[in-house]
Order: sequence, then C-alpha cells, then structure tokens
Amino acid sequence: MTAKPHLDRNHARHLLGQMLRIRRFEEKCAELYTQQKIRGFLHLYIGEEANAVGVVGALSADDSIVATYREHGHALARGIPMGPLMAEMYGKSTGTSRGRGGSMHIFDRSTRFYGGNAIVGGGLPLAVGLGLAEKMRKGSGVAACLFGEGAVAEGEFHESLNLAAVWKLPVLFVCENNLYAMGSAVERTESETDIHRKAEAYRIDSHRVDGMDVVAVEATTRKALERIRAGAGPQFLECMTYRFRAHSMFDSQLYRDKSEVERWKERDPIERFGEWAVACGLLHREDIVELENKAAAEVDAAVAFADEGSWEPVTDLCRYTLMDAVPT
Amino acid sequence: MTGAQERQKTTYREAIRQAIREALKRDDRVFLMGEDVGRYGGCYAVTKGLLQEFGEERIRDTPLSESAFVGAGIGAAMAGMRPIVEIMTVNFSLLALDQIVNNAATIPHMSGGQFAVPLVIRMATGAGRQLAAQHSHSLEGWYAHIPGLKVVAPATLADARGMLWSALLDPNPVLIFEHVNLYNMEGELEADAGPVPLAGAVVRRPGRDLSVITYGASLHKSLAAAEQLAATGIEAEVIDLRSLRPLDDEAIIASVARTRRALIVDEGWRSGGISAEICARVAEQAFYDLDAPPARLCGAEVPIPYPKHLEDAAIPQVDTIRAAALELVRPQGRTA
Ligand SMILES: Cc1ncc(C[n+]2csc(CCOP(=O)(O)OP(=O)(O)O)c2C)c(N)n1
Ligand SMILES: [Mg+2]
Repeated sequence: MTAKPHLDRNHARHLLGQMLRIRRFEEKCAELYTQQKIRGFLHLYIGEEANAVGVVGALSADDSIVATYREHGHALARGIPMGPLMAEMYGKSTGTSRGRGGSMHIFDRSTRFYGGNAIVGGGLPLAVGLGLAEKMRKGSGVAACLFGEGAVAEGEFHESLNLAAVWKLPVLFVCENNLYAMGSAVERTESETDIHRKAEAYRIDSHRVDGMDVVAVEATTRKALERIRAGAGPQFLECMTYRFRAHSMFDSQLYRDKSEVERWKERDPIERFGEWAVACGLLHREDIVELENKAAAEVDAAVAFADEGSWEPVTDLCRYTLMDAVPT
Repeated sequence: MTGAQERQKTTYREAIRQAIREALKRDDRVFLMGEDVGRYGGCYAVTKGLLQEFGEERIRDTPLSESAFVGAGIGAAMAGMRPIVEIMTVNFSLLALDQIVNNAATIPHMSGGQFAVPLVIRMATGAGRQLAAQHSHSLEGWYAHIPGLKVVAPATLADARGMLWSALLDPNPVLIFEHVNLYNMEGELEADAGPVPLAGAVVRRPGRDLSVITYGASLHKSLAAAEQLAATGIEAEVIDLRSLRPLDDEAIIASVARTRRALIVDEGWRSGGISAEICARVAEQAFYDLDAPPARLCGAEVPIPYPKHLEDAAIPQVDTIRAAALELVRPQGRTA
C-alpha cells in the first residue's frame, strides 16, 4: 500500500466510507434485482471500487465525467445522491433521468456527469468534445473518461486518443482493466495486452496503476490531473482491477477459474485498505463500524426513496425526444 | 427604407458559406470542424476562405475520424458550444452512425431532459457527379427514421442560408443534407435574408391536377417537368418538403386533397425509403380524397453506377418525372 503524507485520518475515513457506500449500495441492488424491483441489465462494480473512489474523488467540481454502463460507483463517488440514483435503477420519475435511462444511463447535470454510456467505446468521443469545449473556452476543467479494456479494441478508442492528442485536449482517459470483456479475456482479444502502451503510441503520457489500491489510484490521478492542467494534453491511466461478480447479474462464469476469482478477492480493495489503515493507526475499528452503519442507513433511505417514488405518466412517453430549449 | 431589398447574385455554395460566416460572427460559441474544412477549403469548397478569416481555433481540420469528431461535436454541444460539423458525404457519415444514432439522438431522452445536443451536422448527398457507389447515395431517408434528430434538405439558396441559421438556434441535433448537384446553382438572394424554419413544406409551383412531392435536387427536375407538363395542359403542383423529419403532413395532405393525385419523387431507394413513408401517410390521411393510387418515382434499386448514362438512368430525371406524372393523370389505355 502506497503511504502518502496527505493521507490523514479524515481522508482515510473518506476513502473507506466512499468505497463502503458503493459496495453496500450495489449489494442491495443485487438483492433488489432478485426481487424484480430493478430490471434489465445490472452491471455490478463490486471489487473495482478503488478506481471510482480514487479517480473521481481526485476531480474538482469543474471537471466532467463520462462513464460506462458499470457506473454506479462513479456516480456515487461524484456525489450524485443515492436516493435519486436508486430511483433511477427502479425506473421511477424521481430518478436522476426521471427513470428513462436506468442503471446503464446515469446522468447528472449538476455534477457534470455526462452519462453512463452502454455502447462500448461510445463515450470516448464525447469526452474529447467536453475537453474541446473546455479548452476553447479557456476553462481549467478536465474531462475524465472511464471505460473498460474491452473498449480498447473499438475504433472509437483509437480515433479519440489520437484526436485528443493532436489537439492537446484536457482529457483524462482511464481504462479500468478488469481483464475481461464479458467472457473474453484480454489476452484472447488484444495483440498488445499492455493497454497503456497503446496510449503511448499516440504520444499520450501513460501510467499503469494497481486498481485494487485506492491510495495509489488517487495519487496517480492527482499527478495526471496536474499535468493536464499544466497544459501537457491528455493523460492515460490503466487501472489493473477485477470484477468479483458476473458481467451482468448472472452468468455461469465458464470463462474464468473460481480459483482466479478467489485469488483476486484476497486483494479486496475495501478490506485491504481498512486493515492497512487500522494497522498503521490511521483508523480505529470503531471508525469502520461507524462507516458501515452510515452506509447501511444511507442505503436504507435510498431504497425507501425509490420505493416511494412515482412512475412517469404514460402521457409523457415521448417527452425529451426533442428538446424545447437547451437547459441552463 | 423602400421595399426593394438589395439582391445579390450568388450560388448555393456561397449561400452556405455566408450562413456559416454570419454564424461565426454572431455567436462565439459557434465553430466548424471536419475533414479538410480549413486549409483545403472543404471537399466541395463550401468553407473556402473561412480559415483565413476566423483562424484555426474556430475552423478546425480534423483527422479522418468521423466517429471521433462527430462525437466530439456532441460532447462540445452538451457542454454549451454550438458546433457545426461537416462530413464530406453521407456515405462517410456511416462511420459516425454510432455517435449520431446512439448518442446525439438519445442523450436528451436518456438523461431525462438534463442535456440537450444543439449540434449541426452538414453533409453532401446524392448522385450526379459520376462519383460511383461510395460517394453518391441518398441516405437522408435513413436518418429521417430516427426520433431525436431533425433532418432537412434545403433545395434553394434562401433555404441553404436560412436553414443553417435556424439549425444553430435549435436545441436539437439537426442534420443538413446538401445535394452535390446544387452547390453550383446560381440565383439571387437578399443581402439580409433571414432564418428559414426547419419544419414546413412549401408549394414551389401551384397546380390543380397532381401533387409532385419532392425535396433536394429533385425539386428542380420536378419544376422543369411541371413546366413541360403545363404545355400539355397538365398543371402539376410541386411541393418542396424541405424537412424530412419532421414531415409536414398538413401541407402534403392539403395539397393532395386539392389535386387528388400524389407523385413522390425521391433519389433514394424505393424499398423502405422516405417515399414509402410519405405514401403511407397519404394513404392513411387522404385515402378518400384520392382519384388514383399514390405513385412513386425513386432511385433504381442498385448501387449508383459510375458511367454517366447508367447514373442518369438510376435516379429520377425530368423526362421520367414527366412520364410518371402523365401516367398518373392520364393512365395509358385511358384518355382523359
Ligand atoms: C459496441 C458494443 N459492442 C458490444 C456490446 C456488448 N457488451 C456490453 S459490455 C461488453 C464488455 C465490455 O467489456 P469492458 O469494456 O472490458 O468493460 P467491463 O464490462 O469489463 O467493465 C460487451 C461486449 C456493447 N454494449 N457495445
Ligand atoms: Mg473489462
């Protein structure tokens, strides 16, 4: 575990608290899925929380985010309130997108969260555009774009990296490499499995980081953001991580060994960080209990909020297909 | 001031350029990007001189990355800019289909109205320059299938200039289809010609015997055919759709109800095309007003061929439009 001087007790509590919120939220989502309150696809992030907390937590308010369908963690880390997020998972009108997006399409204007995108690779060009707008307006914001290693095989990945590099745009590309795209192991689909080397081919500064270590992810992200804000152009992070659950809610996981999953679980980012923080005296056991209780209470309140929410009236079916005005 | 506005001789190409120039001056959120729009001046020379006038920040040459720069246009629009994206031709827009259909058309809805995509995408369409099957297709009807998009096809100088203006004021993604054969079209335009609404078909020539419903370059062929028909005593009403999404049902049905006959002329293919949609609407809404089944004259079901005689034969022409109109009004074997 990378120790950082700025990692004081408060910050350690914050990091652990965020990861716990995400974990408990998603565990509840899985439960609600079996109760059929959440339907459709549900891609859990369990095991990968250190990345969302490390990357998104390092962003500032004027930065923007583009994520994938596996974005609940990023949404929570960004500060999107859990109630509307859960209501969106249900499809309720009290959800972040009035229920029209669901789990794969979380959007939130007030925190500059430009969507969960369910087209693999489809979000990268958007992030390039967000970075372009920021640069043209001479703002200091960075567009952070998170995607899986599966996206790296898409043409949009290559087009976007090249364009961002040619125009020196303030874009942070973050590849969450969990080694699988559905059932396809990265070594079966990529000729070059060191993903960050692809970014180097576009002359983008590129770093690989242990995505099970929240402190390392955060520290690396901060450095990358500093370089972007100093005008160095886009930066690329490859976070080595692992999803503990199925790709979507259920799959038979024929594509990987149980022992492999167990080995990765030994590196659970939450347990690992908690144990380490206690061992070095940053946190007390009671802190962890308290954070657990807070997360549990927040999840309960979010479920209640979602349960209480109403459905969009069917008469509003076609609303927002065309906009009457640009929202401000 | 007198009513006599100053009129300038100009071309369709220059009318678009003028519209882009005015937009860039009027609104500093507007910028243009696309392949070879800057140094080269645009593959159809529409944007010639703009780089010198406005500089590299606002006239941006992109790499050959349709998906990335169209998507970047969407992202920039969501972030408050007003990009104009040029795609060289509709065939190349297929490489950006993901961004147009999966992002631009869906995000306002998927975000519950939190984000708009005020983006303008211009592209060339259509046959007539012997550019063969990968540069000559008319796929605008495909885009007209997609809720969340607006699709327009200006056929006149005033529309070319005024619709771009309106497109930039619209909070939605607007696709502008410029027929390659129109760029050199000459005409006169008022110096201060204003915006033209994005929706609303217009009667370009009134007539009582049939309605010829068309758009884009086929408008001018249809007008020429109508002129010839008039010499034989047939008065064709020519409707310029201008917008393919939304379609102006009211104007179409009002015309057909008057003339009782509809001929749809479209360079696009017949099967599953926009002409089929118009036919269906005429049948649904004006069935009992019709004196004859609605008729269509469309592109032949073939990739557009290279040689001139085959290319000509593949799309509606003045003589085939005239023949189709004649057949509709005075069917063979019957005298009027
Ligand atoms: C363009 C496209 N192709 C295929 C899919 C189906 N699909 C959804 S997720 C996924 C795997 C993506 O893997 P990765 O990018 O590594 O992200 P992860 O799920 O591992 O987070 C696939 C193939 C899709 N959504 N979009
Ligand atoms: Mg993956």
